[in-house]
Amino acid sequence: MLSLVELILVGLVLTNLVLLGTSRIGLCIRMVAFQGVGLALLPLLGLEALSPEPLVISGATALLKGWIFPLLLFRSLESAHVRAEVEPYVGYSNSLLFGVAALAVSVWLGGRVPVPGPGVPSLLTPVAFFTILVGLFVIVTRRKAVSQVVGYLVLENGIFAFGAVALRKAQLLVEMGILLDVFVAVFVMGIAIFRINREFDHIDADRLASLKE
Amino acid sequence: MPARWTILAPAAAGAAAFVIPDNRTRRGLLVGTAVAHLALTLYAFRAPSRAIFEGALLLDDPGRLFLLATSVLFIAAAFYSAGYLKREASGTRPDMVEGRLFSNSPEARFTGCLLLFLAAMSFVCLAQNLGLLWVGVEATTLASAPLVYFHRHHRSLEATWKYLLLCSVGIALALFGTYMLALSGGGEVSLGLPALMAAGPTLNPVLLKAAFVFLLVGYGTKMGLAPMHTWLPDVYSESPSVVALLSTSLLNVSFLAILRVRQVLCAAGQAQFGNDLLVFLGLTSMGWAAIFLLRQTDYKRLLAYSSVEHMGILAFGAGIGGAGMFGALLHLFAHGVAKGAMFLLAGNVLAAYMTKNVSGVRGLVRALPYSGPLWVAGVLALVGMPPFGAFVSELTILRSALAGGRYTLAGIFLLLLSVAFIGITTACLRMAQGNRAAAAAATPAEAAATAKPMREHWSAVLPPLALLACALLLGLFHPARLAEVMVSAARITGGF
Repeated sequence: MLSLVELILVGLVLTNLVLLGTSRIGLCIRMVAFQGVGLALLPLLGLEALSPEPLVISGATALLKGWIFPLLLFRSLESAHVRAEVEPYVGYSNSLLFGVAALAVSVWLGGRVPVPGPGVPSLLTPVAFFTILVGLFVIVTRRKAVSQVVGYLVLENGIFAFGAVALRKAQLLVEMGILLDVFVAVFVMGIAIFRINREFDHIDADRLASLKE
Repeated sequence: MPARWTILAPAAAGAAAFVIPDNRTRRGLLVGTAVAHLALTLYAFRAPSRAIFEGALLLDDPGRLFLLATSVLFIAAAFYSAGYLKREASGTRPDMVEGRLFSNSPEARFTGCLLLFLAAMSFVCLAQNLGLLWVGVEATTLASAPLVYFHRHHRSLEATWKYLLLCSVGIALALFGTYMLALSGGGEVSLGLPALMAAGPTLNPVLLKAAFVFLLVGYGTKMGLAPMHTWLPDVYSESPSVVALLSTSLLNVSFLAILRVRQVLCAAGQAQFGNDLLVFLGLTSMGWAAIFLLRQTDYKRLLAYSSVEHMGILAFGAGIGGAGMFGALLHLFAHGVAKGAMFLLAGNVLAAYMTKNVSGVRGLVRALPYSGPLWVAGVLALVGMPPFGAFVSELTILRSALAGGRYTLAGIFLLLLSVAFIGITTACLRMAQGNRAAAAAATPAEAAATAKPMREHWSAVLPPLALLACALLLGLFHPARLAEVMVSAARITGGF
């Protein structure tokens, strides 16, 4: 029987695979939001006593990752009037193949890193590695600026999953600071996407290629 | 008490700058805050440190040193930009590279972000908790991204996007490393620097090493170490000179972030692992930069690659350890002020010649009666000619490598330094010499018109002059308190 933490981690893996295989940006954004809501539960699980700090962190995470980020991304998608397709450099089936390979590598790598502490599922490190790899892959292989932000969020989700379980003695100050930073990052990226759209009439990041040696 | 105001004062002033409608008031606020920041920093330089927020923030000796470096560069930037913003034409105008129309971002946003940027950098200097350190470093990226996009054309937009994405991804990896560091303590150690260092020997060595690699890659991206430096030349060449100057202090505080992590590594008895990586990345950066310095045709990019080279020197010095660490800290100052002056002068050159091409600029010494000679002095300070500070620091690092018996490394270091020397001096001195008229004008009449020296505003000349004076001072004489703090900082960050 899987524990709830493990269930969320498995959900993370599945949504990652969907992200790699889909052609619709809208679906990608929804998947990232879905991941965010699942991750928001992590700080609450495995607590001995209910204290306000995990509640605040969890609530803020759900609000930001589940609602505000998707909203910002959909906004910039609408304002940019783009075709809602991902337009990858690497095809969808190849992306999925990468996903499978990355999963294998992550399981191998995760097995080599010791996971100390009771109550930390052995699934955690491989899943975190896998999510980070998928995030990096999406950033590198997707043509649209919006997709690259989606990739950044996936990367961030993988790191968050790791942190939420690894960092039991979380300090509210630190956690909130991190969330605030990620929020501002997505906000600034949203503005940048809007500008890219105005300047180039589309949001293909690959047109941003005049600066090179 | 003053330590916390080095964060709060610029943050408050930055917030105020967004809403102040009057340009003159806002520029006054910028300069006033910069002066106040330097005064606070100098006061905190002598005052004993006191913990803020249960020790999450504390100004220790490395923090003092980096805060001073930041503050000195910022005050030069503030004075320069007060004049720069006045001179900048408003409204749309043609871009000097492609002739397409563009306009500037609102000045209020520019000034506000400058001040918030200062607040974020001060925050990094004070952070004694690796989580908060991360928050601070990421905040510096976010506050500076709008600064890069001050001139609203597509090249600066491209640079901004590259900067945002590469640095955010890099720093996200640093966050992963931070969590891994927490995990190496079994998840029971907080991210506070004292707690981690106290737990040092009990930390899991495998996780600790993995954490250091992620943190080095993450903060190394921000610091501009090769091969993660690719955003740096674009940002430097497309943003206003003031921003390029401030990026220098940004690289510095990222170096501080790496040093903080190494403190933990040293406490855990894994110093050798970290030092080897630092030496390797340092030499890679120097080598990479040297190649691009030799064939560079754009002088702002040239200065950017020179920054990559100097960051390599810092990493190398830190990796060599001992007196090398002291040399690295001295070099941080010496490079910061020299590079800062060069960027401001490059801004003056750009305003006068309207081109970023090395081949399009000739006869600087005659055409710009103040900036020209300063440019030559700046080049000498930058490449480490005596009697400037960079000479002393590079010599210290080299001697430390030789004293440690690492002759091959010292040889490579020296070789790469000389390649960079050739690259920078050939390009920059060619710009200074010759005759402007011959290069620019088609007819003799035009030549006569352009041969006259141009007038320069004091706000464009005095800040680089002051910075170069600092570079000279660092080579000749160190105030007692500064030397004391530098030795202490080298001991703390070097772990011995």
